[in-house]
Amino acid sequence: MNILALETCTECCSAALFYQGELFEQREMTARGASDLILGMMDGLFEQAGADLSAIDAIAFGRGPGSFTGVRVGVGVAQGIAYARNLPVIPISSLAALAQDAADTLNFDKLAVAIDARMGEVYAAHYQREQGILKPMTAEQVCVANAVILPNDSGWHGVGTGWSTYQTELTQYYGDKIATINTAYYPQASAVIKLALIEAEAGHLLPAEKALPVYLRDNVAQTIAQRQKNDKT
Amino acid sequence: MKVLGIESSCDETGIALYDSEQGLLAHELYSQIALHAEYGGVVPELASRDHIRKTLPLIESVLKQAKCARHEIDAVAYTAGPGLMGALLVGASIGRSIAWALGVPALGVNHMEGHLLSPLLEENPPVFPFLSLLVSGGHTLLIDVQSVGQYAILGESIDDAVGEAFDKTAKLLGLAYPGGPAIAALAEQGEAGRFIFPKPMTNRPGLDFSFSGLKTFAMNAWMDSDKTQQDKADIALAFETAAVETLALKCKRALKQSGRNRLVVAGGVSANKSLRIRLDTLHGVETFYPRQEFCSDNGAMIAFAGCMRLAEMGEVQSDTSFSAQPRWSLASLSPP
Repeated sequence: MNILALETCTECCSAALFYQGELFEQREMTARGASDLILGMMDGLFEQAGADLSAIDAIAFGRGPGSFTGVRVGVGVAQGIAYARNLPVIPISSLAALAQDAADTLNFDKLAVAIDARMGEVYAAHYQREQGILKPMTAEQVCVANAVILPNDSGWHGVGTGWSTYQTELTQYYGDKIATINTAYYPQASAVIKLALIEAEAGHLLPAEKALPVYLRDNVAQTIAQRQKNDKT
Repeated sequence: MKVLGIESSCDETGIALYDSEQGLLAHELYSQIALHAEYGGVVPELASRDHIRKTLPLIESVLKQAKCARHEIDAVAYTAGPGLMGALLVGASIGRSIAWALGVPALGVNHMEGHLLSPLLEENPPVFPFLSLLVSGGHTLLIDVQSVGQYAILGESIDDAVGEAFDKTAKLLGLAYPGGPAIAALAEQGEAGRFIFPKPMTNRPGLDFSFSGLKTFAMNAWMDSDKTQQDKADIALAFETAAVETLALKCKRALKQSGRNRLVVAGGVSANKSLRIRLDTLHGVETFYPRQEFCSDNGAMIAFAGCMRLAEMGEVQSDTSFSAQPRWSLASLSPP
């Protein structure tokens, strides 16, 4: 199965191509957002691999959580490509993609992921690698540092930008459950591909219009009724 | 050439397919008005979230109606500004990526240029050059139009846009949003002459507008009245008359100044019947309007404006990067 993947939910923009069993990837830190880079990266990958879009069987993408705009640019690009070429999509959690990347790079099995979610909160979840397969151990959350659902055991490795912004709060809160902290890790398209291959095997392929964001933070505005209620209390 | 148009600059998702030979093939609109009503105004983040759910299903519906296969799309035009940044980026991401995947050109279209050119979608379209009056909730502009992309702004509002004045006046009279149609409907029951509103900035030379005073005048008139339903209708009529007369007077001046004899009116407020009736009485002037449904935001005008530009551009090598410009003046545009 040949897969084209993208991950644009954080300040690291990346694209990856799995073609005839070989993995190609481009990544770049960007303050301006992925819209300047992502399609050009994909052109670059096809050139590197000597392939084109007609060889692709599915589009995998990081579906969030992350920056709202970053998530939507990635979802929009995945929707556009998949729709135009009538290809299925594979949504992958950006928290899981970060965990997968850190697990592969650092060779750790227990990952406590935290992405800076602004507004004093983190996007958090825990993943454990068992027989090479990454498994979610706690539900994805958006919350303040000391409301993260903790696993019962210890030996966890903190990864992601949340561990930089809220290092004091998180280390204090995790106590001796945490073994190491590695802040400079981001969800990557190559990790999206690894997770997508497992999803594809399980038959989890969706039509383009089902490529949708997962924001976690869903309470973004107050209705008139809610505002009036708050004014009274 | 078949051009897919995507509009997502504010609270409406508009999709259309325009063919350079056969004209408009199909169009669809999804309005988020009901969603934002609960919040008392457009919430940008919620608008973006809705656009990304609605865009592909609308594209699918438009292509089906037009009996056009996905790979038969020859180009994609998307609104690149002005508008809400996050909302614009949804249309830009999807539109640019569809074009990239099909290997066809993509073009970011100026939303106001879409409105400006929308009367050209009608039968007996105006020929260049002409004077354009662009009136909406965000803009009040008098533009001398030489050709596509050659726009000289002759006058604009120094405060509220005329559509904004309609909305605000409607709100203080306790009418529903959007205020334009609500005021127009109520004005039909109004009695002329009971309230006389000023016509702002008409007693001095120049083509600029000011509408914030009209809203204040309406509020004072309402507070000083007995607040009956008839008072309300009379104030609505007096407000509408003053706004329409002000626009008409400035149009007359601008036509004289520019030497044009064709007046092209577009934007949300161009749906107003009283405005159309009044402008049609201007002597020696031919008037042009979009059909009612294309006065407000829509995908047809974006597909059309994109098609007009792309047709002039010959071979187009579109950049793979895409972006949106929340502020993007018509005056900064250039011909294709």
